[in-house]
Amino acid sequence: MSNSKLKMLVASLTLVAAPVVIAAESGEDLYKTYCWQCHGMLANGMGANIADMSVQPRDHTDNKEMTARSDEELFKAIKDGGQAIDKSALMPPWSGVLSDDEIQSLVRYLRELCKCGK
Amino acid sequence: MLFKARLKPIAVVAVFAATLLSPIVSADSGDKILESRCVECHDLKGSGPASLAELWALKGPSLAYAGNKYKQPWLEQWLAAPTRIRPAGMFYGNHIKPGADEDVVNKDSLIKHLALSASEAKAVSAALMKHKAKSELITAGAYKPGTISLRMGELVFDKFRGCLGCHQIEPGYGGVSGPEVYTLGNRLQEDYIISFIQDPQAWSPLTFMPNRPLKDKDLQKLVHYFRALAKEKFE
Repeated sequence: MSNSKLKMLVASLTLVAAPVVIAAESGEDLYKTYCWQCHGMLANGMGANIADMSVQPRDHTDNKEMTARSDEELFKAIKDGGQAIDKSALMPPWSGVLSDDEIQSLVRYLRELCKCGK
Repeated sequence: MLFKARLKPIAVVAVFAATLLSPIVSADSGDKILESRCVECHDLKGSGPASLAELWALKGPSLAYAGNKYKQPWLEQWLAAPTRIRPAGMFYGNHIKPGADEDVVNKDSLIKHLALSASEAKAVSAALMKHKAKSELITAGAYKPGTISLRMGELVFDKFRGCLGCHQIEPGYGGVSGPEVYTLGNRLQEDYIISFIQDPQAWSPLTFMPNRPLKDKDLQKLVHYFRALAKEKFE
């Protein structure tokens, strides 16, 4: 194989093997997509879905309530659902949809919403 | 006389050929309508959104796997007389606004689906049944026909799983971010429903429907319930 052909082969293999870089989604955008529906555009627990719900979703702007929750608890509630922390089954587990990194981004964004960073 | 006698067999052959060709012509015109009038809002071939921004920009559901998803008789009648299936549109976040209490649907922002003529609806529904992407996700016969009372079905759907949070089980009752389920039994193929609930993101990447692990018997009960609901008259 000629040197130039070898170079082309290496170049094409490099192209094929290049990892696909997917930009990480921000906590804010994840919140808008997955959380607004129940927790609301204003994050106050007044989402468009709540009219016929038996339990009102958590108000994420409630500084006192949110301060009482550790980051680990918030992570667990998002990942494994409300029942995992003895709360409502209406909060579904998101582990099949969101990665651990994305859930961490959401936890950080929740701390911004409640202005209760830990 | 001789001229007329010769014409008759030619006419018979022509009518026969037209009869044979008509379904082909019909499906073909359905493809043309899909390419010219549907593609602006519907993905006909792709694999779905690759980012949240792409998810938010969707105007209608993917039709790449329409032949695995919809029941053709429903498609045909719906395309001629469309009704709203998603109370808050394709991505609910684009169609809600803060209300006096909870967020409300901004109805002025919703896009009305165009209506086709009866013949166009027939041609398009036939053409859509050929769109069979993601067939590998379907297990033929996954749904085993059975029955459930509406009361017990609602318990499984609402109390045990919380699905009512996002889906309406009758007009105006239930959540608005997901599609209504009171016509689901007429609308969707049963084996597709089973597959979709098991892994919504495999069909619809990044969708905001949670992925809840369910036992097969609960999946079966949910589909029994959708079929029972579809028989109800809510008007």
